[in-house]
Amino acid sequence: MSILINNNTRLLVQGITGREGSFHASKCLEYGTHLVAGVTPGKGGKLFQTKIPIFNTVKAAVEETGANVSLIFVPPAFAADAIFEAADAGIPLVVCITEGIPVLDSANIVRGLKNSTTRLIGPNCPGLISPGDRCKIGIMPGDIHLPGKVGVVSRSGTLTYEAVVQLTELGIGQSTCVGIGGDPIIGTNFVDILQLFQNDLDTEAIVLIGEIGGTKEQEAAEYIKAYLTKPVASLIVGQTAPPGRRMGHAGAIVTGIAGQASEKVKALAQAGAVTISTPDGIGSTVKKILSQA
Amino acid sequence: MKIHEYQAKQILVKNKISVPRGEVASSPEEARLIAKDLGGKVVVKAQVHAGGRGKAGGIKLADSPGAAQKAAESLINTNLITFQTGPKGIPVLKVLVEEAMDIEKEVYLGIVVDGQAGGVVIMASESGGIEIEDVANKDPGSIVKILVDPLIGLQQYQVRRLSYGIKIKPSLVPTVNKFITSLYSVFVENDFSLAEINPLAITSDGRVLALDAKINLEDDALFRHNELNELRDISQEDPLEVRASSYGIQYIKLDGDVGCMVNGAGLAMATMDIILEAGAHPANFLDVGGGATEEKVAEAFRIILADSKVKHILINIFGGILRCDIAAQGIVDACKIDGNVNIPIVMLMRGTNVEEGKKILHESNLNISLVSNLKEAAIAVNSEGI
Repeated sequence: MSILINNNTRLLVQGITGREGSFHASKCLEYGTHLVAGVTPGKGGKLFQTKIPIFNTVKAAVEETGANVSLIFVPPAFAADAIFEAADAGIPLVVCITEGIPVLDSANIVRGLKNSTTRLIGPNCPGLISPGDRCKIGIMPGDIHLPGKVGVVSRSGTLTYEAVVQLTELGIGQSTCVGIGGDPIIGTNFVDILQLFQNDLDTEAIVLIGEIGGTKEQEAAEYIKAYLTKPVASLIVGQTAPPGRRMGHAGAIVTGIAGQASEKVKALAQAGAVTISTPDGIGSTVKKILSQA
Repeated sequence: MKIHEYQAKQILVKNKISVPRGEVASSPEEARLIAKDLGGKVVVKAQVHAGGRGKAGGIKLADSPGAAQKAAESLINTNLITFQTGPKGIPVLKVLVEEAMDIEKEVYLGIVVDGQAGGVVIMASESGGIEIEDVANKDPGSIVKILVDPLIGLQQYQVRRLSYGIKIKPSLVPTVNKFITSLYSVFVENDFSLAEINPLAITSDGRVLALDAKINLEDDALFRHNELNELRDISQEDPLEVRASSYGIQYIKLDGDVGCMVNGAGLAMATMDIILEAGAHPANFLDVGGGATEEKVAEAFRIILADSKVKHILINIFGGILRCDIAAQGIVDACKIDGNVNIPIVMLMRGTNVEEGKKILHESNLNISLVSNLKEAAIAVNSEGI
């Protein structure tokens, strides 16, 4: 009852010996994720927490441990190289947490992965979690989640946790929660995740959380209208954003009319999504659509 | 990061891209000397980080060195108010004095990183000198766009498509092509996020020049361009924003009176929307960041307190990487430094170490109303009579 990650996920962490990498690798492990390897060039042969082998290269780690998902914590200047290394080693799912990757690097990364079999989530994202499988690949607090049948997809980190808390408080569990990232160029967009949720038998409803800037929400709206049969509740934040100013996320900047919150809300409403009017109404809206389903 | 027109033009000149002859002046006397050197008619242009200078009176023609001096005098050390600056305007500390050109044709040339397209897009339009957004609304068909494949790079057929598309005279197409190709190279080599040449001028003697140049640098790429970091001009930024950025705090000053402090950009925007929904207006956007320390939280809180417009404060911390006890301690420390804080504070705190955080706040005797979810926060904002 999940997408992308489950019981068979074997996690590799690139940058496992760094401050963030080691902290979150332990948290993933504690939650129940099958962490099988770490990679830090120069630290090969050592052990993480006395039991997880560390390798110099992703290729060696995959050959030895059969890792099939990589979680990346390397600094911005080295992130492109780390992602390409994971793709070259044949890892089908790469999740990049790193914030602050230059956008032209991201353009190269996404274009470079186009003809590969690797899917990239992020960069600048919190990762993803499937609570029913106790599989957490990212930096989100695990204990706020509840196994269930609502899929959550969002461009943000802490706002995703807010959505999850509102669902969990009402006893509404989640199939998989995916943070796709706040940068203008990212590996996996709303449309890709919506398609996976649509095809996932155990996802019954979807929460989509967008924000100002770009046109990813409009693309999602078109997809919802054309293909989605499951109910979608959507929230767009950033009504107060002044044009031309970057609201934290590199991608959250209104540069044209299409980037405004109101345009995105309109597109999603026209596509048949139930629009959530204020950020404190996520849980109650989903409860309503589930009772009508 | 925004830079001035004169700085943008210096980068262009260094890369053999033509601009009018000219120099930057910090005083009217300097402006007079530059005008004298240039000879003939000159243009005196206020250097500010904002568009709409022409309509706001920030660009003046002068037909003698004396007139250039007068023009500079009327601009330097004033605040220029354009439709992009807000009512207070932005200080003019320098003017660019340039030769006035005899122009035959003005076109628009822009390069941006387009998230939807997944790469660098080059746009050109026959309508130079006016806002590209206006052109896009009135006559979108007149804008010619090409997407550069990051792996293949810019190809000459794409450049020709732009030049012929905006009806450049055939004899000048090679010159315009060279201009576009060079600008693209500079853009990519220096990690620009925007380069706008509006207008790109074709003079009656057949030269192609950047009459104006607006360049934005990609913040996330500045780490690999140390020399570009030096182009920052903090006189053009809000002092509180400058203070915040020196601590790595994402802060944008707005016009309302409810100060807010949040961790995470998305949650910050959601919190601001809650304030708006309650009939009030946020005084700022503030993302204190994931790995914040007590010092950073304290500084963030003090920045909010330093904004004299702030009459109420809403804090929303979802503990994850940032622990609630650290956030609480930071707030208590800030209040100690700043003495009596009489502004009513509403706080929502959840996640990692929330109980420890509450204890710190409780023991501090600060007047903070704790709420337990976003709905209660909205109600509290409302009942504060904000």
